[in-house]
Amino acid sequence: MVVAEGLVKRFGSTEALRGVDLEVERGTVLGVLGPNGAGKTTAVRILTTLLRPDAGRAVIDGIDVVAEPRRARGLIGLTGQYAAVDERLTGLENLVHVGRLFHFGKAEARRRSNQLLDRFDLSDAASRPVLGYSGGMRRRLDIAMSLIAEPKVLFLDEPTTGLDPRSRVAVWDQIDELARTGTTTLLTTQYLDEADRLADEIAVIDLGVVIARGTAAELKRRVGGDQLHVVLADRDVLPTVAELLAHRAVGEIQLDRAGSSLTVPVADVDGIVPGVVRELDAAGIDVSDVGVRRSTLDDVFFALTGRPTQVDPVGEDG
Amino acid sequence: MSTEIRADGGPVWMLRDSWTEALRHLRAMPRSPELVMFAIIQPIMFVLLFVYVFGGSLMIPGYDDYTQFLVPGIFAQTVLFGSAFTGVGVAEDMSKGIIDRLRSLPISPASVLVGRTISDLVRNALTFAVMIVVAFLVGFRFDGSLFEAFLATVLLFVFSYAFSWVQAYMGLSVSSVEAANSAGFIWMFPLTFVSSAFVDPSNMPSWLQPVADANPFTILTNASRALYNGRDPGADPWIALAWAAGITAVFAYLSARKFARGAR
Repeated sequence: MVVAEGLVKRFGSTEALRGVDLEVERGTVLGVLGPNGAGKTTAVRILTTLLRPDAGRAVIDGIDVVAEPRRARGLIGLTGQYAAVDERLTGLENLVHVGRLFHFGKAEARRRSNQLLDRFDLSDAASRPVLGYSGGMRRRLDIAMSLIAEPKVLFLDEPTTGLDPRSRVAVWDQIDELARTGTTTLLTTQYLDEADRLADEIAVIDLGVVIARGTAAELKRRVGGDQLHVVLADRDVLPTVAELLAHRAVGEIQLDRAGSSLTVPVADVDGIVPGVVRELDAAGIDVSDVGVRRSTLDDVFFALTGRPTQVDPVGEDG
Repeated sequence: MSTEIRADGGPVWMLRDSWTEALRHLRAMPRSPELVMFAIIQPIMFVLLFVYVFGGSLMIPGYDDYTQFLVPGIFAQTVLFGSAFTGVGVAEDMSKGIIDRLRSLPISPASVLVGRTISDLVRNALTFAVMIVVAFLVGFRFDGSLFEAFLATVLLFVFSYAFSWVQAYMGLSVSSVEAANSAGFIWMFPLTFVSSAFVDPSNMPSWLQPVADANPFTILTNASRALYNGRDPGADPWIALAWAAGITAVFAYLSARKFARGAR
């Protein structure tokens, strides 16, 4: 659905993109993961016709975005890094306005707007000026606005950056819902947990090139993934426990006899603890402590590049 | 759920999209009453200050009453200052990412700026209406026909519209709303004061006189002043129109190009 090949973009002497290849399959979500300055926003801006690449090509549903930007714009929805809403207007007015620019009639634009307001839990605030909206509400309105013409591809540039944890989850739920209904989506993020939660496939980007791609599980496997850490009261049962937990491991289980503990690499630690506790309890094993450690973007980065994510930011781009 | 490609080009749609964009700003206008107040109070202040502070001590050859000389100058300055809203508004849309969203839509890029300039024209007209009332209260009269007064007013607005495009270009070029605000206003002070708007340029220092005489703002002021006072404006209206057409052509082109290429 979306194919980018060898995208190069320079800003003065800075090379923001140095040959980026991306591909998004129809009906899937691609997460473009990378630290600040990696070139994520530049790539999105090229794909959404806002910026012309210095080299390379990008095609959306068979349409070249550089050669036919106008046609490409008819296929996409963009939610940029800043909530691009007119604060002076109400939520409903913002939506209807974009609908009108897509040349829907007044009634049709209103109908679609009300549907989206409903879907994004904004109906109660529909007739209030956006000025009084919270960050999360603005972001949801922003995403709703990019959906008014049912785009074939949705671009979300750091959709939860700057949001508080609760709003973040609300936005995630909305994106999940979109993915379920088969909206082809490309989203950029700095957070591994976000890419993990939302994306079918992840492309890790650093200093203007894609350095790894794969599912979240694949990437985590490469970096050792999340870890489950169990401390036992009796070190002699370590091998038994290792055997019990083997079905959860995605790699080699490390036994530490001195500490009477074991470390299990797992695909995902979310909600794993209660299950493990129950399992060991049922087997009559005395557990002192169970803990988890999530792998982070830093881990992925460190494993892939041998350096932490704190690179010098390249220009203003995210 | 398949969607055909929505929206497209054509001059008719360009105009309709422009109007849709203009409506966005017009709808918002009454919601920032402080901006409206400022736009109304400033010209009232100028009329009152100039007429009552300078009115007594300024003698203009050919005019018995300074008010008849001054008020058209203030009209001209006010509609020109009104164009600065365009730059500030464009910069605001830029900083909030709204311009990016609009650029990602399948509409004619020109319509965003045309819509903005049209809405500012409407705002300017409201300010102007208030100003006319105040001018009449302090004793200003149309000494020519109503038609001449109408022509003078049209001339002012054509000129102001041209400068809206200068401001739009500046709004697209600067990095912040604050910068657009100062960059938009600062050069309008010399432009309007080194002119025939408030005084007779022949009393200026000899090196400044030619500057004031060549200033298109002088030509605009002279043209509309003559028309409001029922005098023969000579070729001035045509020269002012030519300036306006030239400025509009150059800056509409530059703005549209800058808009299409993107600021970053």
